[in-house]
This record gives sequence, structure tokens and C-alpha cells, in this order.
Amino acid sequence: MQKVLLMGNEAIARGAIEAGVMVATAYPGTPSTEVFSTLADLAPEYGFYAEWSVNEKVALEVAAGAAYTGARAMVSMKQMGLNVASDALMSLAYIGVKGGLVLVVADDPGPQSSQTEQDTRKFAAFAGVPVFDPATPQEAKDMVQAAFELSEKFGLPVILRPTTRVSHVSQDITLGDVKKLERSCHFQRDPRWVILPKLAYKQHIWLDRVQAEVAEEFNDSPFNRLSLKGKAGIVTSGVAYNYVLEACQELKLEPSLLKIGTPYPLPPKPALEMLASCGQVLVIEEQEAVVEDQLIKLAWQNRLGTAISGKHDSYVPREGELSVDKVKTVLISYFNLPRDDMPEMDVAPLPLRAPGLCAGCPHRASFLAFKELMRRDDVVFTGDIGCYTLGAEPPLEMLDTCLCMGAGITLAVGMSKIEPERKHVAFIGDSTFFHSGVPGLIDAVYNNANIVVVVLDNGTTAMTGHQPHPGTARTATGVNGAVLDPGEIARSCGVKFVREVDPYLVSEMKTCAREALEFDGPRFIVARRACVLQADSLRAYSIDAELCTGCELCIKKLGCPAIVKNQVVQISAACAGCGVCARICPSQAICEVV
Amino acid sequence: MLNIVISGVGGQGTLLAARAIAEAAICKGFEVRTSETIGMAQREGSVVSHVRLGHNLNGALIPDHKADILLGFELAETVRAIGKLKPGGVIISNTHRIMPVSVSLGSAGYRSDKMISSLAQATDRLILLDATQAASKAGGYKSANVVLLGVLSGLPELPFHPADLWQAIMQHVSPRTRQINQAAFELGQRIIAENRNTVSG
Ligand SMILES: Cc1ncc(C[n+]2csc(CCOP(=O)(O)OP(=O)(O)O)c2C)c(N)n1
Ligand code: SF4
Repeated sequence: MQKVLLMGNEAIARGAIEAGVMVATAYPGTPSTEVFSTLADLAPEYGFYAEWSVNEKVALEVAAGAAYTGARAMVSMKQMGLNVASDALMSLAYIGVKGGLVLVVADDPGPQSSQTEQDTRKFAAFAGVPVFDPATPQEAKDMVQAAFELSEKFGLPVILRPTTRVSHVSQDITLGDVKKLERSCHFQRDPRWVILPKLAYKQHIWLDRVQAEVAEEFNDSPFNRLSLKGKAGIVTSGVAYNYVLEACQELKLEPSLLKIGTPYPLPPKPALEMLASCGQVLVIEEQEAVVEDQLIKLAWQNRLGTAISGKHDSYVPREGELSVDKVKTVLISYFNLPRDDMPEMDVAPLPLRAPGLCAGCPHRASFLAFKELMRRDDVVFTGDIGCYTLGAEPPLEMLDTCLCMGAGITLAVGMSKIEPERKHVAFIGDSTFFHSGVPGLIDAVYNNANIVVVVLDNGTTAMTGHQPHPGTARTATGVNGAVLDPGEIARSCGVKFVREVDPYLVSEMKTCAREALEFDGPRFIVARRACVLQADSLRAYSIDAELCTGCELCIKKLGCPAIVKNQVVQISAACAGCGVCARICPSQAICEVV
Repeated sequence: MLNIVISGVGGQGTLLAARAIAEAAICKGFEVRTSETIGMAQREGSVVSHVRLGHNLNGALIPDHKADILLGFELAETVRAIGKLKPGGVIISNTHRIMPVSVSLGSAGYRSDKMISSLAQATDRLILLDATQAASKAGGYKSANVVLLGVLSGLPELPFHPADLWQAIMQHVSPRTRQINQAAFELGQRIIAENRNTVSG
């Protein structure tokens, strides 16, 4: 059988193609992004529709529309994306679908690239939709097929929830055949699609009843496996299963083991067998106590006295990611085993290496222009989410807030109403502007907020790996025939002060910023310059040692990773040629390399 | 099972390295798992890849003190991952330094001498080389990852031949840089040949 190396997200995409997916939608977000980018690359070959949507709510609704007609649809997003899409999801669970609808929602315990560590399994239980929790990329791929079938059998949307260690883990994967679904899809007019309060009540009863039916269905799922050995048992779900296996091997433990691949609704049969045959059970799952809570309820309903441990008695942490080492520590304390600590090594002190803006990043230049115009305390810089969030790091320290996508503009509106004597400047990326910045801008105009909005327009969704968006020349699979311009949008929303400027041109950018700060009402600047990772390469710069006085102003102001100090200040091979340092050097010591 | 930890700075090409090793192993009939750092840390931050080759594998993350090989693309980043190395494991480290902004700003120090002695303390099987300089000689400093893979390919613990690894690398480099990368790989192979005694284990 053919085996290929696939990353978990690629394996999920492959699973969708094998299951005959007809529509794929997404908004990018780590660690989910490659599910859709793989699908987009393969869409022309396999002949299905694929779109990067403007945000996750839109992505889910587009996929749901397709599923209403009977098509199979997959929508992917990161965990916080589901917050944005939740309005649609909650009602969709009541209304249901006709064609299979699978949401891939990738969780980021740790977190490594997120604002929260929320557990999508909990969200699934809240919404009343079934959720699959894969342990490996291969299992994730196999679950896609099962998820589509389940979704069509019960008429419910279904969630597949990989975590970073499935999404970004690569494995040798066995490919299956690609199925072309012979289906004629057609939207059938029916009152069932119109959710009025009366229907909502009826559907709520249906939704509650179907939970038990799905749980029964999961009893025989191959993704749930029970092996009874002794009176002590471990129940585990998702990637934690791998850590439990490896930690038990190392500690030479052979407990009874229940591996759960469908954590909500929990299949009662294997769970009850486990509870009935073990006197004590330890639940090891990453993030929230989803399986544990359902086990406790099941034990209570069945009057079982099994001792259930896990998060509620603090054996297993809720916060952060699990690992073999952490699980070993848990098992050692739970089973009272001798500790096997390795002696601590004395290693050299290491410098912090936090993520930061690239050499030549246009965002750095935009921040610089605003930084020196006023006393820092007289201006609040609200921020948003993207590469530019890294502008919060020293030496720029140019973001005072970061909450969630789109909140930069709206936080500034709120602050400006309370502290009108202060200036408020909201920085927002172009992709974020389209995602959720536009309603905030309209709010600012409608309520005449005295704020400056700066769109940091680098022509891409950079942080998540450079996806296109409505302001770029491309769509997911082709040419964008209707490129949107943030400046035009602002004008048509009624903003009077709208400017466009190239942030690399330091003095022009500063002039523009100064004029904006002096104007009243909502103001809008588009700082437009391509992300250096996507731009044509420019000629690098170097420092003339004769002219350099060693003031280190370039380092202290910019924090550019290409400017380093090795006895003298130098520019490294990482220079991208933006020229911003040359424009601020008081001794004109920095010149283009000829 | 063979466990390899690859550490470096975002943008240095650790992803390609992990992929190439894994693909070479699949061709020889092994199961593989790799785990990558993808996301925010790719912007100038510390990145780590885990690669496991063998049979009946579970998770991709290598526990502490379980790595057979630590392949470091940047000096400080090799030291940062040192807790992963098993006693008697091999360290191959680039001595090239990428100064974090915290160092240029003076809020942190970069003590190369201390870092090198930490590596020497961790194992006798240590190979230090300036892979970035070697890659520049081969035609492009960005091929430092391929120089390091060339060095790795000569270790006795690898279950495949250097040519298998080169085959896998070739799938991922553009035809335009093929020659530079081949020269880089061969330079790496020469360096390991000169260090045979150090790594014989
Ligand atoms: C609701 C939600 N969806 C997705 C993400 C992931 N995400 C982080 S930043 C970002 C977009 C960044 O693009 P842009 O605003 O253009 O800024 P850039 O990175 O290009 O500077 C995304 C999609 C998120 N944090 N929250
Ligand atoms: S990827 Fe682009 S936007 Fe992000 S930090 Fe680098 S240059 Fe700036």
C-alpha cells in the first residue's frame, strides 16, 4: 500500500477529498490553516469549490448553504474562529443539515499562537454537536470519512478537533481511494429551514434527544478502544493517548485503558464497562475535563462508586499542553511510584529569543512614524491581531492593547468617549480589517468617534502564512476580479480624512500621521507596502564605519534583527533593503550597497 | 526507535530538514513522526522540530533526555534544546550566531564560550562547525541547513544511506539552487568524515 508523509492538516484535507467533499471554506488561523490551503491547491484537480472566506462566521455559513442543498462541505478554522462562527453554529445545530457538514476546529493548547486555550470539545457539547478527537494524523484522516457519514446519518453538523500535535505532526499515511459522489444537489424549499421561535422549541427537543442516539452510535466506533487489565484504569482522549502509552511503557505500568476518540457525546457502553470493572479510574485529557465530567455523571446515574480522578482533584493540569514527561509525573504521583529525576544540568544563560518583526517589515516603519510625534502618554495605541502585534515588543512598544480580531478600532472608540483629551490611534492589519474591522469603522463614523485608524496594508494575511484576502489580486483558486481597497471602503462609509502612504518613506509617513492626529472625527490612513517575505528583493544596506559615530540610534529605535552590534554596529545578510534605518541615521552613515 | 531533535531560529529551514529525514526513512520502510513549530515563532523566534523513526510509534514529541541526536542550526538554540539529549547522544551544532534583538538592545548577553562548554559538558560526541560559513562557500548561506544534513547523513545511527537523504532533500529544493545545495551537502559529508572518531559512539 502506498505510504506518503503528510502533515496532520494535509491528511485531513486528503480525507475530505476521499470522502467526496464538494465545497471547502475557511479563514486562516494557526494551527488549522493548512487544512484549507491543501484543499485549495487540490480543488482544480478534483473539481470542487474552495474559498478563503472573509471570516469564520461567513465561512461556516457558506459551507452550511452548500450542505442545505445536499452537498458535502468542510469548513476549517482555529479554536477562536469558532467564537466568531458561534452564532451560526448554535442555530445550525437546531436546524441541521442535509449534506454532510464537517467543521475542522484546531485547538492550540500551550498556547503557541493564540489568545486563549479554549477547548473546542466543550464548545461542541454546548452546541450539541458531536466531536471527534484524533490522536494522530492517520486517525484524523480516517475520522473525516466517519464524520461525514455521521453528519448525514443524523442531519447534524459534526466537529473534528485536532490539536497542534495532530495538525502539525507529520506521519507516514496510507492513502485511500478518492470517491466521486454521484449526487444531484438541490435546495428543497421547506419550513424546516426557517428558524422561528416555535420551530426552535421543537428542534431543541429533537437536538436533546439525538444526543443520546449519537452516543449509542459511538459505542461501536473504532476510534474508541477498551482494554481491561486490572482494577486500576486510565481513560484518555486525543493526543494524550500517545503520552499515556509512552509513559506507561517507561514506568512499566499495565493499567486497564479506555482510549476515547469521540469525547462528546461520550459512548456509554465502553465507559460503563470501564467504571464497573475498575475500582479507580484516572482521566488524562488535554485542556478541559470533558470526558471526566461525563464519566462522573455516568457513574452517578448508574450508582457506581468508582473513584474518578483527573482535573477535579488536581492530578492533571487544565492549563498548557500535556507531554510524556508531564503524564509521567501525573502517573508517578497517582500510583505512588518512586521518582526517577535526572540530575539538573548547569547550562549557560541564554538570551531570550521572542518572535519579532522581520528585517524590513513595513509595520516597523509605520510604528516608527507615530512613535515620536507626541508624548507617549498623550496617545493610546490600540492594536489588533497579526504580525503587527509583535510591535508591542521592545524597542517599539507601540501597542497598548490586543484583545481579539477587530477589537483595536472598537476599543479606541470606547476609550475616546471617556478620555476625549487623549489621542486614540487604532492599528489594524488589512486581513483583519476585512475580517471584522469594517463594522467597527462604521460604528466609529456613525457615532463620530475621534480616533485615527491605521490599516497596515501589506497585501496579505502574513502571520498565518500569507493567505490572500478580498484586498489582494488572488482568491484561493484564481484571480480576484473585484479587489477591494480599504481607503475606498472608508470613504464610502463617510470618513472625511482618508490618506494612503508608503511607510518606508519615513518623512511622508510622519507628515501624514501628524496631519491625522490634528484632524477631528474618524480618520483613516492606509499604510501600504508589501510584506518583505512576498516583495521583490531590494538592494541591501551597509554601515560606513568611518561615518558611524556609534550612537546606536538605529538599534534603539528600530530593533531590526538585521542590525547587530559586534564591537561596531553592522548590518547582516538578513537586511531586506527597506532603507528606513538609512533615513533615520543622524550621521548619514547607512547607504545602499552598490 | 531513533529520536532526532532539530532546533534553530524561524526561517533557517528546520522544516525542510525534518521532512527530508522523515521521507528518507519512509522509503526504507520505517514509520515516522515529525512535529513542527509553525506559527508566531516562525518570525525570528526559537523553533524546534522533533523527528522519530522506528516501528509502533505513538506521539511525535520526544520526551526530555530521549533524543539520540540533537541537530542545532544556531548556537544558542542548540543549547536551548540540550535537555532533550539522552546521555551519550550526539550533538551536531552550527556555531553561527544569530543575535536576538534582546542582545542588540543590551537587555541580554550572548556568551558563546559558555554555550560551547555547556555542549561539551553534555556529551563527548560533539561536532561543532560553522555551517553558515560553509554554505556561503558552497554558494549561499541559506543552505546551512543542507550542510548540517550532510553532516548528519554520516552518523552511524541513521538507518539510511547519505544518498537516500540527498534524494529526499532534492525533492524540496528548487532546480535553480540544486547545485549550491549539492555542494553544501557534500561539504557536510566531508566534515563528518573528518570527525569520524568523535561520533563513532
Ligand atoms: C478569530 C480569529 N481568527 C483567526 C485568527 C488567526 N490570525 C491571527 S492574525 C491573523 C491575520 C493577520 O493578518 P493581517 O491582519 O493582514 O496582519 P499581518 O499578519 O499581515 O500583519 C489571523 C487570521 C485569530 N487570532 N482569531
Ligand atoms: S512576515 Fe511580513 S508582515 Fe510579518 S513580520 Fe515579516 S515582513 Fe512583517
